Amino acid sequence: MSQTKPYRVSHLDALEAESIFVMREVMAEFERPVLLFSGGKDSIVMLRLAEKAFAPARIPFPVMHVDTGHNFPEVLDYRDTRVATLGLNLVVASVQEAIDTGLVRELPDGTRNRIQTPVLLAAVEKYRFDALFGGARRDEEKARAKERMFSFRDEFGQWDPKNQRPELWALYNGRHHPGESIRVFPLSNWTELDVWHYIAKEQIPLPSIYYAHDREVVERGGMFYAVNEFIRLKDGETSEVRRVRYRTVGDASQTAAVLSEADTVDKVIDEVAATRITERGATRGDDKVSEAAMEDRKREGYF
Amino acid sequence: MSQAVLEPDAAAARGMDLLRFATAGSVDDGKSTLIGRLLYDTKTIFADQLEAVEAASASRGDEYTNLALLTDGLRAEREQGITIDVAYRYFATPRRKFIIADTPGHIQYTRNMVTGASTADLALILVDARKGLVEQSRRHAFLTSLLRVPHLVLCINKMDLVDWDKAVYDRIADEFTSFAAKLEITDLTIIPVSALNGDNIASRSENSPWYDGPSLLHHLEHVHIASDRNLVDVRFPVQYVIRPQSTTVTDYRGYAGQVASGVLKPGDDVMVLPSGLTSKIAAIDTADGPVDEAFPPMSVTVRLADEIDISRGDMICRPHNAPAVAQDIEAMVCWMDESAPLRVGGKYAIKHTTRSARTVVRGLQYRLDVNTLHRDESAGELKLNEIGRVRLRTTVPLLADEYRRNRTTGGFILIDESTNRTVGAGMIIEAQ
Repeated sequence: MSQTKPYRVSHLDALEAESIFVMREVMAEFERPVLLFSGGKDSIVMLRLAEKAFAPARIPFPVMHVDTGHNFPEVLDYRDTRVATLGLNLVVASVQEAIDTGLVRELPDGTRNRIQTPVLLAAVEKYRFDALFGGARRDEEKARAKERMFSFRDEFGQWDPKNQRPELWALYNGRHHPGESIRVFPLSNWTELDVWHYIAKEQIPLPSIYYAHDREVVERGGMFYAVNEFIRLKDGETSEVRRVRYRTVGDASQTAAVLSEADTVDKVIDEVAATRITERGATRGDDKVSEAAMEDRKREGYF
Repeated sequence: MSQAVLEPDAAAARGMDLLRFATAGSVDDGKSTLIGRLLYDTKTIFADQLEAVEAASASRGDEYTNLALLTDGLRAEREQGITIDVAYRYFATPRRKFIIADTPGHIQYTRNMVTGASTADLALILVDARKGLVEQSRRHAFLTSLLRVPHLVLCINKMDLVDWDKAVYDRIADEFTSFAAKLEITDLTIIPVSALNGDNIASRSENSPWYDGPSLLHHLEHVHIASDRNLVDVRFPVQYVIRPQSTTVTDYRGYAGQVASGVLKPGDDVMVLPSGLTSKIAAIDTADGPVDEAFPPMSVTVRLADEIDISRGDMICRPHNAPAVAQDIEAMVCWMDESAPLRVGGKYAIKHTTRSARTVVRGLQYRLDVNTLHRDESAGELKLNEIGRVRLRTTVPLLADEYRRNRTTGGFILIDESTNRTVGAGMIIEAQ
């Protein structure tokens, strides 16, 4: 921890200390925690915090990737390298497999964000996970602003916003009955800018798509989507090569890039500090469905 | 203050500190507008959010962009025009990052305010200048004092609607100051504002030449919070024991936790409770390497010179400065459960620092009327949102301080063992 004057704690140090406290609390009170790892920047930061929370021991729980099958290859490579370096046990909950076995049905529009939820819940049941670390932040979205650090889920994985446990001081109540679980959000109090400052401070490597690069994209509703096997040009559309980066990494068929020249972490920080559009608003087709899209997905058991 | 100063500058941001504050108020006194204004003036509101709010304002027929709509989160809330729950919001200036616990002002008020205030460095209370102090303002002030929030700000809002009349400000300020004197409020700042127009929010307003205090944002940026921490009493609740099962790291045994109070240094003599065994701190580790000292709110791993049996829920302190090792606890309890009241004889799970135990309610001395501060000694139970002085007996000793001395080692929660819900919040008055 850096210290410029006696007993001073920067906001990043305070956030880190809080997140580490939360992770240790979960490890002490739960039997089968798992960390949800998408290869996105928030889950990457969460993984670094887990490393720091239990050092010099290894991270004492597995990581799970809910794999929609719509991936950016850079992100999959990153995932596999990280998991190997840290000696982690990786659980992949595959949406494609769930479609093949009939657990979920492919939606007519081919998007898979919404059908991830049953796949996630089936994996929770199969491995009997009782605590799931997620990288969600309260600044992302207004339904998230009311989420607890420890978010209770019933045996169907559902969130009931009207029935949340009050959360006082740092006394987290993780008690639950068999079959129920708790979603834990150690980054609750972090903002997008905090995450980037932390990535810079900790010199955390990220998948290359987070930095500006040239990519063939198609513009749809003001958003720039990569043209690839998941997103093909429709009649009348034309693609162009633009300098872009990804602000969030989600399902490759629904995550848009933003026009950007920021090819280093410091440039990204400057860009994020100056931006006037929220990261979800800029990049997620799925949140544009309705004003309460996130709230509805969360009630169903989404992350 | 120019707008440029308010931009969260990327380079400066790494050195900011953190201030958590709780806002309290009812729907009408302009709390949501004030928060919306703070977010707007610090450029925390994004264009897509503002567009959504402008569209919603227009469809409601509002004459101005209703910044209050920024803070409405859930569909049920929008439908019913109420706020259900504590919402957390974030903004930053070059000096500080702020976390707002935005607590709603209606029926669930006490539970939510207690929750929001439990972690707050500062509480912000709003009153409507036209109405002056109402019952709820006094309740807010009392809860701020009960939860030991170190700093209190009273915003007298809607000053534009009383023509910025200094006499109105003076009257409300005097009345509030004399009420606050009966409570334990150590730092009080009173600011005349118009949240709607932004007067005295981000910068001093020309409408109040008679007011020589700071703008709200200036005060939030400069209020001195570093001394609010207790750096005297060493309290390190052991959270988790780190023992790597590895061939490269052998014989490592570290006690992980977050410093609750005091300053720990390698070489310090320490005592471990409840055993009372003593040792020395051999090292204080972090993932970034050992440190020379640890203080709140650092999360560290402490190693001791001697092998003693320590587990989660134990407390590392100093031999001549230790918390009580106590099974009999006197505390103010705020009841948070709608399904059943707290009754004498009731049994609950209790969580205090990292220690969990069971407890039985031995007595209810009185129920406190949070509006009049009257003590009702004939009360037989505490219902939802009621507060009373309670005597508890725990199955194992708690390692406890008075809440007034230490908010971390003096606070606890009660949990219903059948529903697992958090049903009560306690602040220890005496432990023996």
